[in-house]
Amino acid sequence: MSVSITVGAYGVAFGAAAVANGFSVIQACLLSLLTFSGASQFAVIGVVGAGGSAISAIATASLLGVRNALYGVIMAPRLQVKGLKRVVAAQVTIDESTGVALGQEPRGIDAMRKGFWYTGIGVFVFWNLFTVAGALGAQAMGDVRAFGLDSAVPAAFLGLVWPRLTGNFERALAVGCAIFAIAMTPILPAGLPIIATAFIAIALGLKR
Amino acid sequence: MTIFWIATIGTSVIAFLLKYSGHSVPERWLSHPKIQNINALIPIALLSALVAVQSFSEKSQLMFDQRLVGLLAAIIALIFKAPFPIVVLSAAVSSAAVYNWL
Repeated sequence: MSVSITVGAYGVAFGAAAVANGFSVIQACLLSLLTFSGASQFAVIGVVGAGGSAISAIATASLLGVRNALYGVIMAPRLQVKGLKRVVAAQVTIDESTGVALGQEPRGIDAMRKGFWYTGIGVFVFWNLFTVAGALGAQAMGDVRAFGLDSAVPAAFLGLVWPRLTGNFERALAVGCAIFAIAMTPILPAGLPIIATAFIAIALGLKR
Repeated sequence: MTIFWIATIGTSVIAFLLKYSGHSVPERWLSHPKIQNINALIPIALLSALVAVQSFSEKSQLMFDQRLVGLLAAIIALIFKAPFPIVVLSAAVSSAAVYNWL
């Protein structure tokens, strides 16, 4: 239940932010239905909204989507599904469904599968319903700055990254990348300062 | 086709291919510890950069406006372990207040 409320809030924030950044209601809804990965969705509207090219928007969103592939690697041997069921399983393989499933691991494989499917499908439904609500709401607002929506987007990103800052190394990386992106913004074309930070992460990940 | 459609469709197609590939490739391909390391760090880097750029830029110009106040409000909310809806609301309300009344 608490997962659902949080997901709903993210969904409203995404729908509203998408429209505030120039996407149509339909495009916002398609992103939630088809991309269905919060961080990637916020990234694509964020980069386009900041004036970045479609390529840099897609690249940033896709780099954030790589972790879903790794979740799939963890889940596939545990789910053992084929055909259409595998397509559905892949689509609902996200932070929440994988997290809940792994949390159920001590209670056996059936509890794990149940956790994965209930969470994945539940989040999918909530996320999409609330995206529509957020997008329509923002469309009705007019000047989104008067409602603080321009600040809701960075706050949403901050809310996504905050739980990942578990140690000093992670915090230093976050602050470093934020400063780097700001410093490069007047120099590089929009979108590139963001993608460039992924290479910092890759270099550090290889060395560590 | 507009940039919005290209971004919407491109992101969606790649997002699904990434998810499906995880369910289909042999486990050892992606379970290397270096890949796990990089995977933990990439979201931190990209999301932090997005926070900064979304807070302090307009197109390719640096700009400090009501969003700075919104960001500070969000940070304070997070320090006090507020749930996500409160974090976003505090940012929106404080930023809207500055925009409308200052």
